[in-house]
Amino acid sequence: MLKINEIKKSFGKKAVLKGISAKFPQGKTTVIVGPSGSGKTTLLRSLDMLVTPDSGTLDFDDLHLDFAKPISNKENKELRDKTSMVFQNWNLFPNLTILKNITASPIFVHHVAKEQAETNAHNLLKEVGLDEYADAYPDELSGGQQQRISICRALAVKPEYILLDEPTSALDPESEMMILKMLERLAKEGQSMIMVTHNMQFAKDAADKILLVENGEVEFDGAKDAFFSQSSIRVKEFLQGISLK
Amino acid sequence: MWDIVISALPKLLEAMVKYTIPLTLLSFTFGIIIAVIVALIKFLNPKVSGIVSILWKLLRLLASFYVWVFRSTPLLVQLFIIFFGLPAIGVKLPAFTAAVIGFSLNTGAYASETIRSALLSVNKDQWDAAYTLGFSTPKTLWKIIMPQAFRIVLPPLSNEFIGLVKDTSLASTITIAEMFQIIQQYAAQNYEPLLMYVEVAALYAMLCTILSVLQRYLEKKSSRYMKGDKN
Ligand SMILES: Nc1ncnc2c1ncn2[C@@H]1O[C@H](COP(=O)(O)OP(=O)(O)O)[C@@H](O)[C@H]1O
Ligand SMILES: [Mg+2]
Repeated sequence: MLKINEIKKSFGKKAVLKGISAKFPQGKTTVIVGPSGSGKTTLLRSLDMLVTPDSGTLDFDDLHLDFAKPISNKENKELRDKTSMVFQNWNLFPNLTILKNITASPIFVHHVAKEQAETNAHNLLKEVGLDEYADAYPDELSGGQQQRISICRALAVKPEYILLDEPTSALDPESEMMILKMLERLAKEGQSMIMVTHNMQFAKDAADKILLVENGEVEFDGAKDAFFSQSSIRVKEFLQGISLK
Repeated sequence: MWDIVISALPKLLEAMVKYTIPLTLLSFTFGIIIAVIVALIKFLNPKVSGIVSILWKLLRLLASFYVWVFRSTPLLVQLFIIFFGLPAIGVKLPAFTAAVIGFSLNTGAYASETIRSALLSVNKDQWDAAYTLGFSTPKTLWKIIMPQAFRIVLPPLSNEFIGLVKDTSLASTITIAEMFQIIQQYAAQNYEPLLMYVEVAALYAMLCTILSVLQRYLEKKSSRYMKGDKN
């Protein structure tokens, strides 16, 4: 189980995370929602130390990080082995083929045998129907295809949690549907996920838990049903704001 | 007329093989090694503290000073200082060694800036993508950032390489019998300066043209992954 406590982060004078505490249950999908600029991305990136919080703690099984102290490379690596991020703009490596995008980390970081890494990559590609592009370069694929590849790339390192930052917001509706279906399937298979999204339908369909972040603070933290039953005024306001758009 | 041109040719080609080409290749190799090191010192910002961070800052200052010195002074003057100047403080170098040192340091200074800006121009998101997959900083540099920077850096570095071929003619001023010095000797003997200097110019042009062709081939190869020119 991944747990954070009182995470704070400022950029210059601007306090972006003002003491966030949350639990992300294993085998479940937690969806993070909130207005833009509220700190969702910063929070998600903190879980992989792409952003280093100023203070607060993170617990992940035996790993305990106290961000008020310097984090060692070993601890950093341990956390990153357990989590893997999928980005809004997928960020595939343009200098590597699709296959090598997926096998690079298993081979060079985790020292998996090349053949085994490639077999695994082909299997992942087959599952998303893109195996025929194994030897193509990212630029030859559409955004939706690249995002599917980037999810394969994240899965290939067998992380305990996949972190997704608005994975569909740069895509056309059709590609978005495809990615969300893929994620729903992963959720059903019990893959632990933490996803920032504006897609409330996905939250309704696939989330187990919702975290509403506003202005660097947690406004709601609870089960999906409680969230959508609009028990709190803030949740109500947030959902109304979204449906107005 | 052709007799004169042809009579100078064997000595010229010998000078090319013995001096111009080795001088260029050695200086460029050392120059690039220096350039990559200097570029990385200026590019990287490691999370270190205490004495290491002070040392790192000092190293950066030193790197910047080096680049500034060699880019703000003429190459010819640099060569003179190394070959004719340094003996005054007891550093006496063979002419060829002095030339290689001068050309390497000069190339290193210019190329380091080229390489640094290429490293900077690789999308920052690539670092995030590599880090989240567990890559360390050296592995990210080596597997992800440098290959992408290489594509960007290839055309300007090729130009610097071609520039270096031509600059080796300056080695004649510190007693090296490379192509230009040989042809000066011929011109002084046969009173055909126009013919002689055009001949040596043609040889330089030939060398540079071969390099340009090589450059285009490499560029094509390294841009393989970009849409449109996959062949
Ligand atoms: N690296 C950074 N440097 C400075 N400010 C940043 C940085 N990252 C995010 N911010 C600021 O933090 C605030 C929250 O950003 P972000 O976490 O991206 O919000 P969200 O993902 O909810 O839209 C914004 O005001 C943004 O400008
Ligand atoms: Mg965001």
